[in-house]
Amino acid sequence: MPGTYLPSNYLPVFIFLVVAIAFGLGALLIGAIFRIRRPYKEKLMPYESGIDPVGEPRVRFSIRFYIIAMLFVVFDVEAIFLYPWAVVFDKIGLYAFVEMVIFIFILLVGYLYAWKKEAFTWE
Amino acid sequence: MDITIIKPILPEIVMAALACVVLILELFIHKKETIGVFAILAVAAVSYVIPQSFGSAFNGMFISDGYSVFFKFIFFINLILAVLISIRYLKIERSEFGEYYSLMMFATLGMMIMASATDLIVLYLGLELMALSTYILAGFIRHDRRSNEAALKYFFLGAFSSAILLYGITMIYALTGTTNILAIASQLQGKMTTQLILAIVFLVVAFGFKIALAPFHMWTPDVYEGAPTSITAFMSVGPKAAAFAALGRVFTTGLIDFAPDWRGILIALSILTMAVGNILAIQQSNIKRMLAYSSIAHAGYAVIGVIAGGAEGLSAMMNYLFIYAFMNIGAFAVVIMLRVEGVKGEELEHYRGLAKTHPLAAVLMLIFMFSLTGIPPTGGFIGKFYLFKAAVGAGYAWLAVVAVVFSVISAYFYLRVVMYMYMHEPEGEPAALATSTPLGLALLITTIMVIVLGVYPSPFLAFARLAIG
Amino acid sequence: MVEFFFGFFAIMILFCSVMVVMSRNAIHSVLWMLVMFFHVAGVYLMLNAEFLAATQIIVYAGAILVLFLFVIMLLNLREEMNIEQLIDGWPAGLSLAVAMLVVLILALGSFSVKPWGQWSIEVVEKTTQTKALGKVLYTEYLLPFEIASLVLLVAIIGAVVLAKKKLKS
Repeated sequence: MPGTYLPSNYLPVFIFLVVAIAFGLGALLIGAIFRIRRPYKEKLMPYESGIDPVGEPRVRFSIRFYIIAMLFVVFDVEAIFLYPWAVVFDKIGLYAFVEMVIFIFILLVGYLYAWKKEAFTWE
Repeated sequence: MDITIIKPILPEIVMAALACVVLILELFIHKKETIGVFAILAVAAVSYVIPQSFGSAFNGMFISDGYSVFFKFIFFINLILAVLISIRYLKIERSEFGEYYSLMMFATLGMMIMASATDLIVLYLGLELMALSTYILAGFIRHDRRSNEAALKYFFLGAFSSAILLYGITMIYALTGTTNILAIASQLQGKMTTQLILAIVFLVVAFGFKIALAPFHMWTPDVYEGAPTSITAFMSVGPKAAAFAALGRVFTTGLIDFAPDWRGILIALSILTMAVGNILAIQQSNIKRMLAYSSIAHAGYAVIGVIAGGAEGLSAMMNYLFIYAFMNIGAFAVVIMLRVEGVKGEELEHYRGLAKTHPLAAVLMLIFMFSLTGIPPTGGFIGKFYLFKAAVGAGYAWLAVVAVVFSVISAYFYLRVVMYMYMHEPEGEPAALATSTPLGLALLITTIMVIVLGVYPSPFLAFARLAIG
Repeated sequence: MVEFFFGFFAIMILFCSVMVVMSRNAIHSVLWMLVMFFHVAGVYLMLNAEFLAATQIIVYAGAILVLFLFVIMLLNLREEMNIEQLIDGWPAGLSLAVAMLVVLILALGSFSVKPWGQWSIEVVEKTTQTKALGKVLYTEYLLPFEIASLVLLVAIIGAVVLAKKKLKS
């Protein structure tokens, strides 16, 4: 019957998660409760080796990060497709092997294209 | 499993392989025109493979029948003409990269998959492939702000409509337990539920977005205006025809029992689309925006074919899209000719006195404008005639009358271009036109086809009728 | 017990989604989205889809969210910028959304539970979901799988064409 399945195997994972969150939050909360609060202007300024801060704190972000992240997403999804295939590889025979080779080959064309276009070089 | 099982999908496989080859060629070839020529040869190769490809494949997920083959020919014509008009245009826009041709081939591949899909998931993936390629192509002129804006708007609204399509597919799956379009009808057994109405509405919204049916047309003017003109020409025919193919198949095969319900929705949308397209085009001064609204209106006419239904209506819709491909790309080809270095050439003002400075271009534009209006003896008239004939035959004579009224209204803005060209004096010095051999070839093909389809349409009409079977 | 967990996940997903849209700081939006992804993975676990739950975290939280963060850092939004939270026509948008919600709730009455197909929970539990997915994806659903690879290829082309600073010709 739908709606009655409870993944009891994951109870340890759940407990682990709860304890981890409790640890993190607890550390922050206890610190926040028991801290002395005596702020003054010089204490709150950003640290720059003792001198007064000069200039803008923001650095011009380069677009290389975006391309790398975008390519990572695509190849991550490719890797995800490889997991179930690897698990059932012995059951589905030669044709599944050929299919996966085609899949990887198509993405290999993309990889070669990105390589030649210098998407991977970090000038 | 022997090798003949992939025969129905052989054209798509060849197209995918050749698109990858074009992509690799781009890395090594420096003269980008040759890549364009190679793309056209690739289309020739794919169309060579098509006659052997009839049949169903992959457990009924993919079918190659007359219906899909007819649409594939529309897509090939669209690709060839768009490549021909792009070759010089890209140089002028300083965006001459070979990925352009590869992306157009991938977009065409997506359209081919959409036309042949008999499974909703394959349909969705074909739509995504086509849409993603077109988003990138719309933003291809990277240094132009309007191109970036066009790509952004198209992407946002397109992604949203894809999500709505998926929601509709999910509901149909929940209702029937299958995503196969042919099996949906037998699973639903004619029982109408609210969930089904919701699913139909979501499907109509998603396809309506791609067809640019009002009120889902808001993206069209901005995207058509900002995108490179050759891509506007490509987009105005290809994705629209592919979405019509998908709409026709899903609604007249899968949801055939519920025709009274979705017909009502489509009738209302068709009237609204014709109204919005024709009335809002009147006040446009940018010719690309005007042609965008005109293509919205043409989608409104073509939906009448789906509403009429049956072999008559669907073949009329297919015939209309075939004719529309030639006249629309022809009109955009003339618009591209006016784009020279430093002059955008998109405003109506630039067409002043074109008959005196460049008489041949003016005559060509005249033919295309007449055809878009639907004046005999051009192809546009024949297309509309058979659409209205199908509508009257199915009992929707009043809808045909409404469409005729809107066609008459459309004459105002189409013939206004003709008036500017022939009855006004040219201002300033006449700038040379950006002609090239491929562009000339494209104009020759489109002009000949528009006139031939106007005086001798019967072989093409018979082909469309035969394709429905 | 099941209802409790499902209710918790569902309410958290809704709450996080609303916070994604309503946060002033863009980085906060992305972090709320991260919390939402973890709860979606929890819902997948409740449906006995552990592979999908893992994929959700690896791909969505691990790759796509990183992409979002990079784009937001690229935009370099000043926190002092006073962007209006709601657009001018917000009553129209809100009433449309509420109308759609009402329609969906009314349609909910006609949703009926169908009998299980071939892959019921017990069958999927016996062969793990990864194996079940693999068995079906690479035999029956081969065509969508191969088309997906083409979509990924187009995504690679798009990333390079649109984002590379100086596109080498």
